[in-house]
Amino acid sequence: MRIALADPPMTAILALTRVPGFTGPIEEGQSSGMAGGPIRQGGQHRVSRGTSCSVRLGRSFKASPPLLLATLVLISGCRGPQSTFADAGLEASSVAALFWWMLGGAVLIWFFVIGLSVYATKAHPGAHSDKTGLRLIIWGGCVFPTVVLTILLVFGLQMMPDFRAPANGPRIAISGERFWWRVFYDSPAEPGVARSLPHEGIESANEIWLPVGRRTELLLGSPDVIHSFWVPAIAGKTDTIPGRINRLVVEPTREGLYNGVCAEFCGTAHAQMAFRVRVVSQEDYETYVAAQGQPAAVLDHPGLDAFLANGCGACHTVRGTEADGRVGPDLTHVASRETIGAGILAMNEANLARFISSTEHVKPGVQMPSFGVLPDEEIAAIAAWLGSLQ
Amino acid sequence: MSQAANAPDVPPASTRDQEDPKVREEQEERLRKVWASPPGWRYWSDTNNTTVGVWYTATSFAFMLFAGVLALMVRTQLSVPENDFLTADLYNQAYTLHGTVMMFLFAVPIFEAVSIILLPQLLGARDLPFPRLSAFGFWCFLIGGIFVCGSIFFGQAPTSGWFMYPPLTTQERFTPGYGADIWLLGLSFIEVASIAAAVELIVGVLKCRPPGMRLNLMPLYAWYILVVATMILFAFPPLIAGDILFELERLFNWPFFDPERGGDPLLWQHLFWIFGHPEVYIIFLPSIALLAMIIPTFAQRPILGYSWIVLAAVGTGFISFGLWVHHMYTTGLPTISLGFFSAASEAVAIPTGVQIFVFLATCLTGRIIYSVPMLFISGALAIFVLGGLTGVMVAIVPFDWQVHDTYFIVAHLHYVIIGGVLFPLVAGLYYYWPILSDRRLSDRLGKIAFWLMIVGFNVGFFPMHYSGMIGMPRRIWTYPANLGLELPNLISTVGAFIFAAGILIIVFDVLRPRGKEPLAKRNIWNAGTLEWVADVPGEDWGIRSVPIVSSRYPIWDQPNFIDDIDKGRFYMPDAEEMKRETMVTSVLDAQPLQCLRGPGPSFVPMCAAFFLGASFIAATFHYWTAMFAALLFCVVTIIHWLWNATSVIPEKEEKDVGRGLSLPIYIAGPHSVSWWAMFITMLGDATAFVGLVFGYIYFFTIHTDFPPPDADGPGLLWPLVSLAFFAASWLLTLVSHRLLRRGRVSAARLLMAAGAATSVAAAAALLWGPWVTDLQPTVHVYPATVWLLAIWTAIHALVGTVMLGYCLARSLAGKLTPKYDIDLANVALYWHFAAGTGLVTVAVIALFPLAN
Repeated sequence: MRIALADPPMTAILALTRVPGFTGPIEEGQSSGMAGGPIRQGGQHRVSRGTSCSVRLGRSFKASPPLLLATLVLISGCRGPQSTFADAGLEASSVAALFWWMLGGAVLIWFFVIGLSVYATKAHPGAHSDKTGLRLIIWGGCVFPTVVLTILLVFGLQMMPDFRAPANGPRIAISGERFWWRVFYDSPAEPGVARSLPHEGIESANEIWLPVGRRTELLLGSPDVIHSFWVPAIAGKTDTIPGRINRLVVEPTREGLYNGVCAEFCGTAHAQMAFRVRVVSQEDYETYVAAQGQPAAVLDHPGLDAFLANGCGACHTVRGTEADGRVGPDLTHVASRETIGAGILAMNEANLARFISSTEHVKPGVQMPSFGVLPDEEIAAIAAWLGSLQ
Repeated sequence: MSQAANAPDVPPASTRDQEDPKVREEQEERLRKVWASPPGWRYWSDTNNTTVGVWYTATSFAFMLFAGVLALMVRTQLSVPENDFLTADLYNQAYTLHGTVMMFLFAVPIFEAVSIILLPQLLGARDLPFPRLSAFGFWCFLIGGIFVCGSIFFGQAPTSGWFMYPPLTTQERFTPGYGADIWLLGLSFIEVASIAAAVELIVGVLKCRPPGMRLNLMPLYAWYILVVATMILFAFPPLIAGDILFELERLFNWPFFDPERGGDPLLWQHLFWIFGHPEVYIIFLPSIALLAMIIPTFAQRPILGYSWIVLAAVGTGFISFGLWVHHMYTTGLPTISLGFFSAASEAVAIPTGVQIFVFLATCLTGRIIYSVPMLFISGALAIFVLGGLTGVMVAIVPFDWQVHDTYFIVAHLHYVIIGGVLFPLVAGLYYYWPILSDRRLSDRLGKIAFWLMIVGFNVGFFPMHYSGMIGMPRRIWTYPANLGLELPNLISTVGAFIFAAGILIIVFDVLRPRGKEPLAKRNIWNAGTLEWVADVPGEDWGIRSVPIVSSRYPIWDQPNFIDDIDKGRFYMPDAEEMKRETMVTSVLDAQPLQCLRGPGPSFVPMCAAFFLGASFIAATFHYWTAMFAALLFCVVTIIHWLWNATSVIPEKEEKDVGRGLSLPIYIAGPHSVSWWAMFITMLGDATAFVGLVFGYIYFFTIHTDFPPPDADGPGLLWPLVSLAFFAASWLLTLVSHRLLRRGRVSAARLLMAAGAATSVAAAAALLWGPWVTDLQPTVHVYPATVWLLAIWTAIHALVGTVMLGYCLARSLAGKLTPKYDIDLANVALYWHFAAGTGLVTVAVIALFPLAN
């Protein structure tokens, strides 16, 4: 990811820290791989929101190279694809703004209480009567918190109806499964107490596309244990609970590629149950969903034979072939995704081969057995074929 | 006891001249002998509150150190991205055990442990009312704790976090092995010990205060004990109810949490957090109570706003039961409930604020003396206030949707718990150490430890707020590079090790040999409360004579107070009959009521705990025969314990306790401590039962088809027959008690026997209903719930049978007489609750199906 110097927060920090000789674009590690930053398309990046994070952090440091380095690292996380400050959704942006207000208030209150306690230990005995002390208890302990908390509560509560307002975009069903995400576009599911999410609609896995500026309804279920669906850059999390279908309405405001994770512990591989969310224009969204509905692109390949011969089709579906397993992710368009293994490895042939041959090592606790016993060429053939399934 | 026979014939206390040093020496010798710990290996049979309290405290600190090592392993694993220091499985065991041990084996027990040591001292009592119960609780705690902690050495520790959400944890296919069972059964066993301690402490506060110490003169710590023990009494039983559902699903496939068969995973979350949120205040309030004892001492003035802080503590206790849902904001509950619980969660900050401002106001109007305890208190304040402020943030629903289950929460909860529990405890350790060991801890080491801890803590935990905000979920064993998580995690790990170094210094300070150091002065901090009356070196007898108290700070306010106690000028200056005795007073205004004789050292509580532990451990590994055998041994041991050591008929009715006052040695009914203990235990029992009924009603409200239309239910006939037998047993018990008191012993015995028979019939009829209608508990959650309520209630009827049989035997053995009738009075009280349980169960299982 490149952060251009024209980016106002960065300029602000550099101006504040005034390090001589520090010019030119800032290269931020090798973030192009699995954890790539938000992709800005068409230069329409809105900078008005989300700048607060960087600016405030910047002001808190004085000029010194280690601190500058630390600041840059922190900011890169702040604007990162998995950050609640990434400013890519209506809810996330409002909550980030709420956070800065609350943080400001908390800092003031903390310094007030601690200052008062320091004063209380230094104050000359007898300088304050018991009556003053009791007044302090009433005003400081009772009245002040009641007023502040009431204001905060009203402010917090009135945000909620907006976040749960009806959708005006597509409806996508997402099933959290150990340890990946099943996705259905154009799902007929309804929220409520239900035994399971209907397996209807256009199926995909571990990557969710959303149209920018539309309120999309996500219906969240699970066939096994409780997971929690979280895309920090866009909105807060909602649990996927067996026996229920929960509803989350998201409104992405900025195109790009973001990270999502499972936030509720669900077993050994919980830490590696991630996914990607790509926010695109309405047309791109429609094109993408239509393409996902098509059968697999390459149906004549030695990799397909190896895939079927080794029983992969018992768990995976590749539409257009005999493989119609329902246990694992649908692989019909696996190569169109950014990642494999539920958001843990960048999509390429080498990683596909690695995942097939040492599954349990790459992702401990995964349900898929390792196929390391297969000859290397067979694994390579399967990986090559899967890598062609755009 | 045999000692009583050889006791010298000592004149009554009121006739002794306490100004005569020779008289006092004789008295002291007797007291010392009566209260001494047994020598040699029999030391472990001691039941004196000071001894047991010290074991208890040391054990919980040991568990804390163990859990601390697990935390360091967790931090080491997370120091760099994609680390392989721990495997995923071992990491999951380590973090789960860390949270579980810190919560259940440190934070809650340490309150009970410290209270067992301190409460009698604070109240000028010789001991708690049920010393053997304390010992039983300690041994349960030790056995259960070792069992739970030991599991990780066999790779069998639980792996699913300290709140164990089903269905992940209740189905073998998701969590194979014994981990979840060890968590469940090990902790249920410890919960039993916690409730035992709560009963002991509530009765202690209400009934063992010194004469004159009305409720509004109690030291604040006693108030907090009362609030917290009451919270334990109502918070732990819902968890026990949840544990029962959980274990029935895991072991016998009863589908309480399985949506395929009508269950609901959210029921566990409700039951767990109805326990879990009060639990936060259960661990936090006792530490605030320590501050409320320490701050007035170092401000050299009484607490300012006594009524305010008491009201705030009680208010916190109440509100804490109304905010459990703030742990469930992300489960998709309706907006309206979220709003209600959000408001309640904010409201609890107000009484907390009052307590903090009471301390500030006390400091402001007093003359502060700097000391190591005050240093730790200032650290506690700085950390806790920050944790409280982030708590106010996460109570706001939309913000919680973002940070729930992230490192922001990890940071928040550690700020609250370490600032609100650990720092005050360390302050208390430095403050009270001279009472415990006659010497002081080192000021120099204390200061070094403080700075290491406060710096290490903030370096370790402050960055976690940031890690959470940039998207780091909790409970992950690894994280990818390039998300910006590397630096904050590395800093956190460094901080954790600095913090651990501080703790190590305290451990060293406590354990280092200090043979030649001079003894600490008596009342070294010039405190005003009763516990500082203790002489240096300390004596085992608790207090030399039981004082009359007329002030909240008697050492400051009552002239010549310590000397009067030392010279035995108050009550009970002697142990004339060589028995352990303490004074029982009335609940509200502490009028002397009774000279209570406590049992001495015994191995029986240890044996009972051992057998109970063995039955829980056997159940974990599905050794059913062994389980029932151990349970039987446990029951036999407990009956043996009760038979020999409770409601002993004394050799005389009254005893002269000094100053011309004579008190009865034996009282029954609502004035006796055992009646209160039974009452309080049954309140807890009824709460657990309400938890189970809540389960039934919960399923009824979320499902339109509960009970399912095709289910027959247990029918009307047999439940109603059972109800009739319940009513009969209840009436027979009450009438029997009345007849006994009137001296009609044979008629009373006959009715006891009849009551025992009808209660067996009540149990049988209740179980017969679902049996003949062929309800299969594994098929659907409805039959499972009906069976559960029926079994729970039938067990209560059978326990009632055993109790009536026990009374009958006592009567035949001459240990239960018209005058000495504690046993039957308490059993009658039990039957009020048992009959109520029967009524509610029958109403629920027989009448709800009619609503369809």
